[in-house]
Amino acid sequence: MSDQIPQYSENAAAFIREAMAAFSAASKPEELEAARVQFLGDRSGRLKALQVALGQLAREERPMAGRVFNEAKSVVTQAFEQRQQAIQRSAGQAEAPADLTMPAREVWRGAKHPVTLVIEEIADIFRELGFTIALGPQVETEWYNFGSLNFPPDHPAMDAHDTLYIEDDVLLRTHTSPVQIRTLQRFPPPIRILAPGDVFRRDFFDASHAPMFAQIEGLCVDEGISFVDLKAMLNNFARRFFGVARTRFRPSYFPFTEPSAEMDVECRLCRGAGCPVCKGTGWTEILGSGMVHPSVLEAAGVDAERYTGWAFGMGPARIALQRYDIPDIRILYDSDVRFLQQIAR
Amino acid sequence: MNASYEWLRAFVPVNATPAQLRDLFTAHTATVEELVPLRADLAPIVIARVKEAGRHPDSDHLWVTQVDAGGPETLEVICGAPNVTVGALYPFAPVGTTMPNGIKIERRKIRGIYSNGMLCSARELNLGEDQAGIMELDVAATPGTPFLAAVPMGDTRLVLDVGANRPDLLSHLGLARELAAISGKQWRLPEIPNLGPEIPKPAQVSAKGTTGGIEVRVSAESRARRYLGAVIRGVDVGPSPEWLIRRLDAVGVRSISNVVDATNYVLHELGQPVHAFDLAKLRGAVAVRRASPGETLVTLDGESRKLHADVVVIADDRGAQAVAGVMGGRESEVTQNSRDLFIEVASFDPKLTRSARRSLGLNTDASYRFERGVDPALAPAALDRVVRLIISLAGGRVDGAPVDVRGTWPEPATLTLRAKRTEQVLGERVPMDQARRYLEGAGFVVHSSSESELRATVPTWRVDVSGEIDLVEEVARFHGYDRFPDEIRPFRPTTTFDDPLWTVANRVRDALVGLGLFETRPMPFVHATEDTYVRVRNPLSENEAFLRQSVLETLARRAEFNLSHRSGDLRLFEIGSAFLRNSAAMPREQLRLGALIMGRRHPPHFTEPRPPMIDMWDAKELAAVAASAAYAGRQVELVPAAKAGDVLWHVRVGDRTLGNVTRVALDAPVWSSPAYGVELVLGEMETQPAAPRGGHSYIEGGAHLTVAVSRYRALPTMPPAEFDLALLVPIGTTRSDVENVIRNSAGELLESLDLFDEYTGEGVPQDHRSLAWRLTFRHPERTLRDKEIEGRRNKILGALEQELHVRKR
Repeated sequence: MSDQIPQYSENAAAFIREAMAAFSAASKPEELEAARVQFLGDRSGRLKALQVALGQLAREERPMAGRVFNEAKSVVTQAFEQRQQAIQRSAGQAEAPADLTMPAREVWRGAKHPVTLVIEEIADIFRELGFTIALGPQVETEWYNFGSLNFPPDHPAMDAHDTLYIEDDVLLRTHTSPVQIRTLQRFPPPIRILAPGDVFRRDFFDASHAPMFAQIEGLCVDEGISFVDLKAMLNNFARRFFGVARTRFRPSYFPFTEPSAEMDVECRLCRGAGCPVCKGTGWTEILGSGMVHPSVLEAAGVDAERYTGWAFGMGPARIALQRYDIPDIRILYDSDVRFLQQIAR
Repeated sequence: MNASYEWLRAFVPVNATPAQLRDLFTAHTATVEELVPLRADLAPIVIARVKEAGRHPDSDHLWVTQVDAGGPETLEVICGAPNVTVGALYPFAPVGTTMPNGIKIERRKIRGIYSNGMLCSARELNLGEDQAGIMELDVAATPGTPFLAAVPMGDTRLVLDVGANRPDLLSHLGLARELAAISGKQWRLPEIPNLGPEIPKPAQVSAKGTTGGIEVRVSAESRARRYLGAVIRGVDVGPSPEWLIRRLDAVGVRSISNVVDATNYVLHELGQPVHAFDLAKLRGAVAVRRASPGETLVTLDGESRKLHADVVVIADDRGAQAVAGVMGGRESEVTQNSRDLFIEVASFDPKLTRSARRSLGLNTDASYRFERGVDPALAPAALDRVVRLIISLAGGRVDGAPVDVRGTWPEPATLTLRAKRTEQVLGERVPMDQARRYLEGAGFVVHSSSESELRATVPTWRVDVSGEIDLVEEVARFHGYDRFPDEIRPFRPTTTFDDPLWTVANRVRDALVGLGLFETRPMPFVHATEDTYVRVRNPLSENEAFLRQSVLETLARRAEFNLSHRSGDLRLFEIGSAFLRNSAAMPREQLRLGALIMGRRHPPHFTEPRPPMIDMWDAKELAAVAASAAYAGRQVELVPAAKAGDVLWHVRVGDRTLGNVTRVALDAPVWSSPAYGVELVLGEMETQPAAPRGGHSYIEGGAHLTVAVSRYRALPTMPPAEFDLALLVPIGTTRSDVENVIRNSAGELLESLDLFDEYTGEGVPQDHRSLAWRLTFRHPERTLRDKEIEGRRNKILGALEQELHVRKR
């Protein structure tokens, strides 16, 4: 009894196929109208035939066949309407092909800040070598900012850290190094972290200084970590980031590292020959670094005889100025949309 | 720190060029930031040969010469010198040169003939007073060679960046010690012409003593570690000799008189500040003491200064005559008429000098050194040197043995350096005998050494060396940082994990950039009048004396900046800290998102030349997107503000209100469109101490970081049944009121409910609006029958009528 259904479905499918082919073939309104009459015509169209056939089926087969009929009707009717619209649209412009040089429908494109781009790029390089990201507050205690980092109290070493104070013991951090201590207190070695963040100095806002600027700090502490590891990681970074092979390490002084070293990379303009940009030295200063001072480890309750470590800090804002040829640091803070859309992507 | 290349070579006989010296210091000691050739003004001058010379047709003393200055063509040059000789070499200033006297050489007609440059006399080059004619050179150089290359002339200044821990490097002696240690050569004091015999040995006393009839008293409160005085009688103050003027000029010090220059010479040579008083101006005893209340002093620069009680002064019986370690007084200054001098060589307390320098706002060569620490052991040698130098320059004689008032200073430490520790820190073995050579070269006294360790006493001038790690640094830098390898060695993975705030910030940033917003990074300083703001105690200006309470207040100012540049399409955001006052000294710090949007919703296109403006509904979606990015997997809801005002919605995440959407009032030009803002808390910054000082408090790793996730629901296989409902909704009844009733009455097969139209006007009664929804129903297993749908529709309409008096339109 019920073997009428497959036959009916097949008829409906054939109806759909042929109707759609006929609609696509029609390119003029009168051709489309002829096809409509043939397939959807009220009196003698193929759809009408399907409807009649539906009535001739056994009662129990009708619901299912009815769904097939409805589906077929809706698909073919839609196809007809779409084709009809398409033919109407092209009627007006049939002779002139579209000018494909007309502009696309653009969307507003957003952008990350150039300093963020630099931070992300630095972070990506170190993340490949197992570093994770640590953050800390911008308002800090004097102990986290200075005391724990081996700054001698009331010493000229503080002169480079002209500090904005909130209370006697509370200040705006002058570097990201407090994150070293917070991390060493919360996690046991081995530790490999990067700490990006904004820091504050009591500096006037001019073309090359800002009272707030971004810094990124790196810290690696474990048994057997040495100056060789420091050089390895930082040279690897320089090669990846600047695309230069030549770096040099100079003795320097930071209270929280010993030995301390500043790293230069070959000047990108003169490739080491000496030019006005590098003041004739052939080198560009990139970062300060060193082996973590034992008293810093001890301030965070880490056994400084067993564990050693290295740390570095650098200024993504300064790197952004060099990298994107930005002549004035204030441009980074202005938030001028005309600037922000230049660098991105 | 300025150093003279020639002065250093007088200490250590190295053959290095200034550039080589720069590289050595930079690699091992302290960075040389700059080399300043002191006759840079002669850099444009080149060597030239006169090929022909003939009389000027319109002059009886001028010559018309043909000059080869190394260029492709011979130059015609007019010259007025009587001694011009064909074939000879002369310094030549090409057109464009600025001469030492400031005159610029130009191509210029002299009596009808163009002169293309100038042949120079010694005087014109500021090389002497010889005016006899142009300067004939006896050198083997081809024309065009830079004059300075052919005729080495003038010292070179090295500008060093010396760390605050190395006061010993603030002198030629200190640099010479390093140079000797690096080069393996010996250093010796430079010879001074006509230096007399050594002066009598100072008499060591405590607290007070006498020299040349002058009593010297040093109070304990002055904390002076050592104070030496000497009296010289019968000097002739006058000009300094050429060699001394040149030395001081090389380090940037102006010559004043032979006596003052002698003190400056010793300061720069040995790092020992020296002060000379005119003895005739001092009354009674010389006392080193704290300033008394209300005491004032006119310093050398002519300023009258109030002296803080912390300030240490050198006083006579009448009062302060100098600020110890900072600056002398005007009254007792050495002048042309001074005959008798009191010479002071001291080691003042670093911290007191620092506080005096700060309270007076006076930074001098002396205070710079005392603040960092002047070696008390250096004083006797420095006194001997300065007194003998003064006598050799200005005559006079020492009156009696100098006095040496001794306070206390720390004994030099003796430290152990272990080979194992050195290797642990540096990553490479440096043999102990090599370490010993490095340390001895730098002045350490090594008492014993074996393969495994050595013991060394720190030299008195090395205040920076107090522990084993400092010796490791000495070894590393003399060995040379560049000699250590840079291979990547195996390492263990970290126990740390990303700060969740970083992850959240990244997700939010990516979402907003994707929506077409620009990230900004402005400063968090604001102007405020309310006391709810956190105040900076020592701000740079009152306009930015406070820390912001919201990110949006900064963005509003940035938007105004953009509007002033006629940019009106603004979509700005920042992820940054906001600071909230707290009962504790530490403010609360929250990481927040702020976003501000205004202007056209999308760029104009020829199909739509006038795009619509951003409105509050855009801001509402922006807040929803940001909150969903920040709080993935959590329920985000935008709750209308209870009161009409600038706040439109509160952002609710779960049961917490974490942000809002606002209208932003801007100081904006008339052409600008309305601005909307979103502020959202992303998390609290941990500001509490992570553990007590010197201790740790390790946390368990990472389980709390698991992110809530959405789960798979089977995709529908059955067709949906849809219908639209257009309803007349009384004003005061909200969309969400209506939707609640619909959802409650529609049953569980309602799949979605989408409002798609709002209409008021013709056909809609007063105090009503027409809202239209599309309702989609679906049964998971079968096709819905028309009758079932019709039944639901009636049930919904019935409920709406009954509960809300909402009817079908």
